[in-house]
Amino acid sequence: MLTKRLIACFDVIAGRVTKAQQFQDNIDVAPAEELAARLYADQIDEIVFYDITASAERRKIDLETVRRVAGHVFVPFTVGGGIRSLDDMFEVLKAGAEKISVDSMAVRDPTIIRAGAEAFGRQCIVLSTQVKQVGRRAGIPSGYEVFIDGARQATGLDALEWVRRGESLGAGEVVVNSIDRDGAASGYDLDVTRAVADAVNIPVIASGGAGTVDDIAAGLTDGGAQAAIISSILYSPRLANVGVAELKAGLAARGVETRPFLDETGAEAGGAR
Amino acid sequence: MIGVIDYRAGNAPSVSYALAHLDLEHRLVAGPAELRTADRLVLPGVGAAKATLDSLFEADLVDALHERVLSDRVPFLGICIGLQILFEHSEEGDVDGLGWIPGVVRRFPDSVRVPQIGWNTVEPTRAHPVTDGLVAPAHCYFVNSYHCDPADPDDVLAVTDYGSPFCSVAGRANIVATQFHAEKSGPLGLGLLERFAGWEPRC
Repeated sequence: MLTKRLIACFDVIAGRVTKAQQFQDNIDVAPAEELAARLYADQIDEIVFYDITASAERRKIDLETVRRVAGHVFVPFTVGGGIRSLDDMFEVLKAGAEKISVDSMAVRDPTIIRAGAEAFGRQCIVLSTQVKQVGRRAGIPSGYEVFIDGARQATGLDALEWVRRGESLGAGEVVVNSIDRDGAASGYDLDVTRAVADAVNIPVIASGGAGTVDDIAAGLTDGGAQAAIISSILYSPRLANVGVAELKAGLAARGVETRPFLDETGAEAGGAR
Repeated sequence: MIGVIDYRAGNAPSVSYALAHLDLEHRLVAGPAELRTADRLVLPGVGAAKATLDSLFEADLVDALHERVLSDRVPFLGICIGLQILFEHSEEGDVDGLGWIPGVVRRFPDSVRVPQIGWNTVEPTRAHPVTDGLVAPAHCYFVNSYHCDPADPDDVLAVTDYGSPFCSVAGRANIVATQFHAEKSGPLGLGLLERFAGWEPRC
């Protein structure tokens, strides 16, 4: 059976993982390479790396840090930030990523989604969205609007219309990142996550706001997501951290199945060996 | 020396990082002369079938691959799209593959979320030196919209369930191929790569 995924998210500035609240006030956590090695050893299911200032600074992604992280991560590794062309995608894959996340640049030029899917397969293209509850109004029938450039810029796009369009253009996954909940540790925005999960037939990743194992479980059940992005709970200096093994045990106790934790012999906990 | 085939649409570096982590001697091979120097080969992939085949032809790698794998019988590991292009035909882009393993590649039905992305259980259907470490339930990492359907059941080495069972490891003679990303499946996947590096096929 396909299990649910726990994805650690790295917001990277100058080679270091940082932690923000509502996309602001980033504080320093650790070098990306060091945190990646630690989380791989802790058996995280996947890592997402965002070069969070590349897009706003109109510069290319920090490939050197991508390479250094990739050398330590033998679970899936997605990279995003400042990707604006097929050549950029190609460079990121050659640096050791196997999925590419597009966000602000895809809003500016949606054809990049199709071009990426044709060149590398749709499973390679992750559409990341920053959504904010703005109330239902003309042009925003769902009440959720898409923002870009680190949540600084409104787009006038309705969140559900945008993810449907992203899917039809060739996105293989969609991340629903709640701006309102980012770094708040008050739980994912389950309403918009569920609405997106119902709107598309590609995997949906909940993001923004998980502070407890109950929050993660809710995103993966009531929110309808196939994967949960976590960061604060793993390593934010602002709150008590919980390890991957403990999170997985907590999810299992709540009936949510993830990749089993491997014991020292390399066998899966609860496995036949 | 393991040659990791490095073509434009591929993710050869990910495999290279994994082999380096295992201290296994390897090299990225991008042209036919280099490819002929490797005594075992890995064909990784993340891409679409047509783009992958196009880039293999553009890099003039297809004849050298046929020669080394089918005539010289060097051990060969295909990963993900590197499995799918071994078959006769793929529904993805309606293209013909290399035809090394009889059968076709089909899309998952719309009754499941496509692509399949995540950790799913791999259950070996018969003993094989390369898949020996996968004792059910062994979770490996999949990213795929299409899956192979071998014509000969003997070519199925493991199955996985996604809505219905599909072949997740295929192989015959000196060829083995995983639909999951062995290089991205944590310790279990790294174990498979290590076993492949020591595999001496009897053929």
